[in-house]
Amino acid sequence: MIFTGLKQTPEMVAAAAIQEDVDVVGISTLSAGHTRSLPKLARLLREAGAGDKLLLAGGVIPEEDRPLLEAAGVHRTFTMGSDTRDIVAYLNSWWARKLEAEA
Amino acid sequence: MDVAKELLAGTVLAGARAIRWLDDNDPRGADVLASVFADTGRAHIVGVTGPPGAGKSTLVSALIAEERKRGRRVGVIAVDPSSPFTGGAILGDRVRMSRHTLDPDVFIRSVGSRGQVGGLARSTHDACLILDAMGYDVIFVETMGVGQDEIDIVALAHTTVIVGVPGLGDEVQAVKAGLMEAGEIFVINKADREGYEATQKQLELMLHLRAESRGYKDDDWSPPLLPAVALKDEGIAAIVDAIDQHGERLRASGDFERRTGQREREHTLTLLREEIMRSITGSAAPAVMAAVERRELDPHTAARSLLDQWRRKNMPGLNDTNDSEVL
Repeated sequence: MIFTGLKQTPEMVAAAAIQEDVDVVGISTLSAGHTRSLPKLARLLREAGAGDKLLLAGGVIPEEDRPLLEAAGVHRTFTMGSDTRDIVAYLNSWWARKLEAEA
Repeated sequence: MDVAKELLAGTVLAGARAIRWLDDNDPRGADVLASVFADTGRAHIVGVTGPPGAGKSTLVSALIAEERKRGRRVGVIAVDPSSPFTGGAILGDRVRMSRHTLDPDVFIRSVGSRGQVGGLARSTHDACLILDAMGYDVIFVETMGVGQDEIDIVALAHTTVIVGVPGLGDEVQAVKAGLMEAGEIFVINKADREGYEATQKQLELMLHLRAESRGYKDDDWSPPLLPAVALKDEGIAAIVDAIDQHGERLRASGDFERRTGQREREHTLTLLREEIMRSITGSAAPAVMAAVERRELDPHTAARSLLDQWRRKNMPGLNDTNDSEVL
């Protein structure tokens, strides 16, 4: 797991994700800017040829924003109170599907 | 995506993928490396090592800024420890270098040590070759701060920078580890802290003793001892000057190519060792290992037995003169 530090712009996260060639990008957002920053991040990754990375978001995200985010390329949101085991289970099944698709 | 072609053209996505393949032991990595190897051997590889808390990441970040001012493209490989239990790692060196994230001429890559001792990760050498092929002029390799075992970096880098700080008692540790014997540039970071002068005097004495014991000649490289406050970008230009001078000296004397060649030789031996180990500890090993664990077999006899079995399998014509077959 690679930690980028706080207060990253979508451009910075995209650049780091590409340099490190990660499989999953996880964003924690508390600043209410998620309806702008997350779609932008998804777009930057796609434009850089890195649209195959799983994009997850967590933090303070109102339920009604979810459809907008998912339409913009955020694969899943785990908001406050999510059980870590659910997140791990989601990642495991996503990874299994990905390996299957590549085989 | 033709990864080899793309990375030679400098595409970050391709270089990053090649490094991942090499780190994961994916056979595609070796293929890519083979086709770009002719384009390597140019970059100046600079190791940065020192005890935990010395400020290595912050110093590397400051060094990147200075190298960029001088118009060079910079690659960075930052090694952090992996958990020996889960194999997982939380790599945080990037945090201190985040001001360079958006610079297209800086490529920072984090790697987990994956149980490797010596301060480097198994794939560090390969990652250096990829960055080299991508045309980065300088490659900084930041070792993990394990304290006494970072000596591997010396075999990999052209120039090794040893970072100390006032008041940690690192001077003695450094001598123990032989780092004082190895480094080409010494930096006392956080030089605005109390205890700087004492540390400076101690290290100076160590360097003097090192020169004495080697029978110092006038044209030998004399390792500079430089103060820095990396957080404030102080003292950084002098360190890059020293790195440049050492690089120029290596190139002028032919030592640059010699070191690069030795490095490839060592890497070949490392890969060979891995391959042979994999081969020998194949099918027969579990039974023999179990016997050792039950204390029915001593480790020397066990090792000999595995080696003999492997020889018989791979060299059928060979006369077996050893009658120590056990299992």
